Amino acid sequence: MTTAPIGPMEECVAVETDEEREERNSATDVMKAMNRNALIEDLNRNFVAMAITKSHFNWKKKRPNINLCCLNLSFPQKRAKGQFLFFKVCEHLNLMEKDYFGLFYMDNHAQTCWLDPTKDIKRQIRNNNWQFVFNVKFYPPDPSLLTEDITRYLLCLQLREDVASGRLPCSFVTHALLGSYTLQAEFGDHEPDQPRTLGLGQLTFAPNQNKDMEEKILELHKSLRGMTPAQADAQFLENAKKLSMYGVDLHHAKDSEGVDIMLGVCANGLLVYKDRLRINRFAWPKILKISYKRNNFYIKIRPGETEQFESTVGFKLQNHRCAKRLWKVCVENHSFFSPTKARFLTLGSKFRYSGRTQAQTRTASSLIDRPAPNFQRTSSKRISRSLDGGNTHTHAEVAPMRVHGDNIYVRHSNLMLEDHDKTQDDVLKHQASISQLKRSFMEAPPPSPPQPNQWEKRLTSSPATTILEIEETVVVQEVSIAPKPGRVAVTAGPPAGPPAQQEALEQEVTVGQEVVAAEEAKAAKQESVSSESESEEEAEYHPNVSICHTKIPEEEEEEEEEQADKTAGAPPLVDEVSAAVEESAPADARDEKNTEGEHQAEKDGSGEPAHAAAPNGPRVPEGSASGAEQDQEPKVNGEARPVEAEHRPQVICCSEPPVVKTEMVTISDTFAAQKTEIATKEVPIVHTETKTITYEAAQLDGNGDSEPGVLMTAQTITSESLCTTTTTHITKTLKGGLSETRIEKRIVITGDCDIDHDQALAQAIKEAKEQHPDMSVTRVVVHKETELAEEED
Amino acid sequence: MAGLMSGFGHYTHAVVRGIPASLAKEALRSCQAEVDLAEARREHEEYVEVLGTRLGLEVVELPADESLPDCVFVEDAAVVCGDTALITRPGAESRRRETETMKSALKELNLNIVEMTDEKATLDGGDVLFTGREFFVGLSKRTNQRGAEILADAFKDYAVSTVPVLEGLHLKSFCSMGGPGLIVIGSSEPAQKALKIMQQMSDHRYDKLTVPDDLAANCIYMNLPNKGHVLLHPTAEQYPESAKVFEKLKDYMLIPVCNMQKVKVDGALTCCSVLINKKANI
Repeated sequence: MTTAPIGPMEECVAVETDEEREERNSATDVMKAMNRNALIEDLNRNFVAMAITKSHFNWKKKRPNINLCCLNLSFPQKRAKGQFLFFKVCEHLNLMEKDYFGLFYMDNHAQTCWLDPTKDIKRQIRNNNWQFVFNVKFYPPDPSLLTEDITRYLLCLQLREDVASGRLPCSFVTHALLGSYTLQAEFGDHEPDQPRTLGLGQLTFAPNQNKDMEEKILELHKSLRGMTPAQADAQFLENAKKLSMYGVDLHHAKDSEGVDIMLGVCANGLLVYKDRLRINRFAWPKILKISYKRNNFYIKIRPGETEQFESTVGFKLQNHRCAKRLWKVCVENHSFFSPTKARFLTLGSKFRYSGRTQAQTRTASSLIDRPAPNFQRTSSKRISRSLDGGNTHTHAEVAPMRVHGDNIYVRHSNLMLEDHDKTQDDVLKHQASISQLKRSFMEAPPPSPPQPNQWEKRLTSSPATTILEIEETVVVQEVSIAPKPGRVAVTAGPPAGPPAQQEALEQEVTVGQEVVAAEEAKAAKQESVSSESESEEEAEYHPNVSICHTKIPEEEEEEEEEQADKTAGAPPLVDEVSAAVEESAPADARDEKNTEGEHQAEKDGSGEPAHAAAPNGPRVPEGSASGAEQDQEPKVNGEARPVEAEHRPQVICCSEPPVVKTEMVTISDTFAAQKTEIATKEVPIVHTETKTITYEAAQLDGNGDSEPGVLMTAQTITSESLCTTTTTHITKTLKGGLSETRIEKRIVITGDCDIDHDQALAQAIKEAKEQHPDMSVTRVVVHKETELAEEED
Repeated sequence: MAGLMSGFGHYTHAVVRGIPASLAKEALRSCQAEVDLAEARREHEEYVEVLGTRLGLEVVELPADESLPDCVFVEDAAVVCGDTALITRPGAESRRRETETMKSALKELNLNIVEMTDEKATLDGGDVLFTGREFFVGLSKRTNQRGAEILADAFKDYAVSTVPVLEGLHLKSFCSMGGPGLIVIGSSEPAQKALKIMQQMSDHRYDKLTVPDDLAANCIYMNLPNKGHVLLHPTAEQYPESAKVFEKLKDYMLIPVCNMQKVKVDGALTCCSVLINKKANI
């Protein structure tokens, strides 16, 4: 049957080429595709298409211009990013509160994947099946808090589909109730003289719809007289949101004993189901770490009131792709639904959630200032046609779409495969060295899954803690952006020309009384920075649970993304200067000169003992690294003033990743660092050079504690050729009567041209001194990473 | 129009059943105790009177069956939520036939009947705690995983979480709902542990009202027109310390109900009735 449904086509988002215009008429194909998709993984909520607008994207060969809904759009280049397409779709739908939505596609393994807005579309869609489905990605727990009716309407469409397909299970009565709101929203008041059945049988409300249900729906519909479509939608959502499986994204898994279970990811946390029963639940604040390794998925759980140790729970997924996908979904949901902007540290994967959090999107929504947009609830239009009696023979095919709305299908079949990126050889070579790096810096893999006994206990009998609904801020450790050849690039970068000498240089200046070394962490960071394998075998995610007292400006995130893009396209050069300024003062006599943030840190810290007790988990990589380093250092205890400390510099560490040449330079006076005596000689080696210069005062404190740090600020300044990211990390330690504040500043300069490192370093130290005149610089680390060009040079 | 999950505690009907003489000697019990049959019947009469006369529920009284000594504890035979009734498969073999009369009574009331036919499944209504937002099902000597699964299937709107019941007969032997979002819980260690599990498993927050005696934690909460919050709880005579705790509930109509005899055969307040809201909004 190739008869097109009449309604949706006029309002479709269609990007098409002339020669493939006929595809427009293949609505039934779309339906088939949808059904097929729905069958493939019925339980996966994200998967199923939300039918909103049908469209066929046909990217005309070698012509980056496409037609989107009669608008002439041109992809800026064929390397358009996911968000380009997503924004176009949202624009077409007139949707402003778009953060709850996303586009997904099917990968080669028939798995659904969310289109990453920050990455090239082309790089994500490895096959030629360019079909995208517009879908709710984060189900808002309280839809009444959405600002616009149009957003609620789109959410309704999704839920109608979820309910009708059985993905969102509900009882007979609820099916009927939801169905009646749907009728009211789309058809208006019940008309007594309407034919009694209203063609209801052709609308799908429930997977096992029957006459009884249809009658109940009609009966309830009558009682809704006078309700506006917007009110009916709102009521629909008020009821749907209470369903226990609302917004739960299910994944098949096995527990450590091989028993089939389901893991459900939702706004509140991770749910564990056996058959239909909920057998455990891990709220996000209880989860310290999420990781996967091969096909295993692990979560590290914060110890309960009565427990002493963190525990790790492991699940087996079908394969590593499933584990990775679950991991991603967890990271995204955790990030989105955490109370403030979450930034996180991921090891082994470049993936992170780049969008806004729910809190941010709500704030943004509250600023929406436009008259309520007009939009048409498509079915309402079609019912009149149906009542006119036209096209009855097509009902069978068309009917389901009435309830579903239309489909958005973005298809591109003739993808240009020309690749300006590195040759395959280059990539492989690079990957080899990377994976070696990765192996040596990856945190030790999580312990093997708990013994059956423990597992059983945890799973069914003693989830020990009461969940205190303490709103915890997830502050996450800054990870510098991956200068990854072949990563998403928008505009910058000379893709075709021979890459200039790739240079990545990191400089770190640590100023502090207490040594904070993060070399290994940095190395790990580098690793994550340069990780480019698309199929990482493992990755971790540490929600760094501590107090965020400085609102990280949102732009920063975006700029960083930008940076990522830039560095991706162009051979990167990373220059990092990190400075830690530390102060030693009695806890009760805080200096007024302290930054506001510090005060806040103290205040917040004392107000939330739970955080003080927060284990090192969130900072594991860095914390353990610095701890280890400190063990090797002579420990000097006492109350020496920072000034004295400066005269006793000490090199404490260096990073020695394999394949990375490391050069250490010791300088005997802190201030000398400002005088540009740091040699930054470059030694060309095959892939990466890492040069670390550590420079610091004697360590006064042998305490290896690594307190959960607090990310103070992070800002990125981008100029044409350079990108500077400054991250300020504050760590407060309370020892005896002394309160110690350590500020670590890390400046990463990335660029594709030469950097005057000395000047950058001097500038960093100068700034640190200016900003914290009462503190002393105790450590300077310059870390230069040079990524040399391959073969060509 | 009220929708899903509104009106927690609204009831119009109650199904109860008489006490057979066989209860005194043959009813199952976890510890040996002499039951005064006449006294037990008097207690039960008072209980039914509270439901019918005092609270104005329409009471459906089923006749006692001498071959079913435990038949007065109707709660175990059916779980009613909204207009769906799940006829259970009680864990105790001797009680299986109790469901027959219950089923026909509920059918009469026009409820949608769901039956538990799986022979591997067992479920006692006493193990089912409905909070208004979700179900907790105690996995006990009487209720197994399969029974809980069937319950989850019958009430698809709600999350169904399992809670191990390590001591006591049923989940509701040490807890019950004392209001919307309020769980009355005993203070014994197993009771507190079960509460923690329920809190961990839930997406919702519950307040708790801890009473010194586990058995006193079994109460009946209703929200009735013109009466507001109503709580049937054990008397001060039976549990003096716990009764003091109930006194703290403000804006409640507190009705102490004597349960001295039935408790000897593990019968608590909720056990003796199945409450139904027939004027369900939908």
